Amino acid sequence: MTANPAEQVLSLRGINKSFGAVAALTDIELDVAAGEVVAVVGDNGAGKSTLVKILSGVHPADSGTITFAGRQVDIPTPKAAQKLGIATVFQDLALCENLNVIENLFLGHELRPARLDTVAMETRSWELLRQLSAKIPTVRVPVAALSGGQRQTVAIARSLLGDPRIIILDEPTAALGVAQTAEVLNLIERLRENGLGVIMISHNMADVKAVADKVAVLRLGRNNGTFDVAEVSPEDIIAAITGATDNVVTRRAARRHSTEGARP
Amino acid sequence: MSVTTDLQDERLKARDGLGGAVAGVMDRARQGELGMLPVIVGLVIIWTVMQALNPVFLSSANLVNLTMESAAVGIMALGIVCVLLVGEIDLSVGSVSGLSAAILAVLFVNQGLPAIVAVLGSIVMGVVVGWIYAQVFSRFGVPSFVISMGGLLGLLGLQLYVLGTKGSINLPFDSGLVHFAQLAFVPAWLSYVLVAAGSVWLFASGFLHARARAAAGLSATGTGFLVARSVALLVVVGFAVWYLNQARGVGWMFVLFLALVLVMHYLLTRTKWGKSVYAVGGNVEAARRAGINVRRVYTSVFIACSTFAAVGGILMASRLAAANQSSGTGDVNLNAIAAAVIGGVSLFGGRGSAWGALLGIIVIQSISSGLTLLSLDSSIRFMVTGLVLLLAVVIDSVARKSRTSAGRG
Repeated sequence: MTANPAEQVLSLRGINKSFGAVAALTDIELDVAAGEVVAVVGDNGAGKSTLVKILSGVHPADSGTITFAGRQVDIPTPKAAQKLGIATVFQDLALCENLNVIENLFLGHELRPARLDTVAMETRSWELLRQLSAKIPTVRVPVAALSGGQRQTVAIARSLLGDPRIIILDEPTAALGVAQTAEVLNLIERLRENGLGVIMISHNMADVKAVADKVAVLRLGRNNGTFDVAEVSPEDIIAAITGATDNVVTRRAARRHSTEGARP
Repeated sequence: MSVTTDLQDERLKARDGLGGAVAGVMDRARQGELGMLPVIVGLVIIWTVMQALNPVFLSSANLVNLTMESAAVGIMALGIVCVLLVGEIDLSVGSVSGLSAAILAVLFVNQGLPAIVAVLGSIVMGVVVGWIYAQVFSRFGVPSFVISMGGLLGLLGLQLYVLGTKGSINLPFDSGLVHFAQLAFVPAWLSYVLVAAGSVWLFASGFLHARARAAAGLSATGTGFLVARSVALLVVVGFAVWYLNQARGVGWMFVLFLALVLVMHYLLTRTKWGKSVYAVGGNVEAARRAGINVRRVYTSVFIACSTFAAVGGILMASRLAAANQSSGTGDVNLNAIAAAVIGGVSLFGGRGSAWGALLGIIVIQSISSGLTLLSLDSSIRFMVTGLVLLLAVVIDSVARKSRTSAGRG
């Protein structure tokens, strides 16, 4: 499954991370190419969040290599991740509800700090939102007035301001309704068209089937298979997530199968 | 006519001109974005009642007094606005102002230093107190409520210590400080020039902004509306100034207060720092993740608050021509906080504006002045002010609820 490393924007090899005696991640591999959507799936405690935190610089990895754009890199802090071009949209979005869309988009990166350039910021906001074909009627309302999908859009648009090459979405559709989920999936499609590598953490098989190119399954902190979405059935993915291929039922089935095979 | 970039969505209701602006305000009010509306309504009611009870209330002479009495505590309220915006509180502004008065008097009178040195000494004290609060707050995570409660008591003690056994120091009447706080009024002609300059500036900045927006393909405010706004300012403020000029006029101290309100309004709405203050008040974690140095924002806000308190203390001492053991005690502390809250600054952080300090202190001083004119003593004044404060907090909480139900958080 490993393609030519030169094509990959981001490659992880042998990533380990322990919290005390608990090995949260063991020997993780992951590849993301430009214009590719990789879904990372796994049960609770599989290590998805830890992986996101390593990539976004919240926790450094204990060992292993991260190759970004053909260069081996360290990601010690969130700032370093942003500087490299890895943007992360966390599940709680981290928006200020009392500020409007423009203020949220440019929070911490305002243009002309001593006399804010509101015109340029509003123009740029519209450019970004149009680029994502976002359905936000006006950018001058407080974010509190927006729907869940619209907030997700704002959070994603904000992560695009730094011109990233990889964007990590943590459960982007977890709290959304049907229409809003469709809106966010469209958005992910747009990101792919714009040539970004997308890592999407998800629990939802339908969403994964709808937008992802590849699915990487984590189970108990280890890689449990990487599948091409076009060729894999949701049942297979779920089997890999739950380890359903490795329980008493399957073991008995395997035993029976082998004894049947041994029979004359 | 081509549609501007920001108005392309078909769901947007068209709102043009003056009628549109009014409709927009009504809409926001219904959704709980009350802003200054309650305090303006409250002020009209208070003034009507007070005038009905005693016709002297709205006389030029009394209103001049009212503005002069407002300035010192109003400046302190301006600092409170800053801390409330980040969702914190400073209960010690009264003690800081008292200590500031004491330091001013000791340096200026007892040590015989020049006035400017004494003033700087007091201001430096304010900065240092704010810095210490911020350090304790962000390093040890002690709630600002408790820190400033400690400050309230500790600084009062320091004030008594600085004043020494005599307990009271008079400032000479012929000093510039006392002159500034009691007798310095803007000449009539200059006051009109300032009002005219203000409205021209309002129009010019609005017009340039509208032109920049139009050039960028965004919707812009019509020139008609801008002219109407400037004319309204010219007429309303011009009339107020004319009315005050019938008596002693507009005090320089009040002009200083207005200037500080304008500066704070600019800093809060038009600078990166201001946006960080609102962001920290709205969602600290989001602000931190956006790369804002949250600790620095808290530090700046606590320093601003106690520095404004120190300035307020200097003005109070100058107006009284004395610093004594009761400087900054009594209702000074709560008046400053109440002014900010009555002026529509949310106790929950992230909402409010510098103008709140101005309107809030005028409400409080109006009650105080009106009841004094009726020769009612402070017992009634405390009760009425307390009631108004309670009302303001109730309005804040109700507005918060209706914001939530209208999806404006």
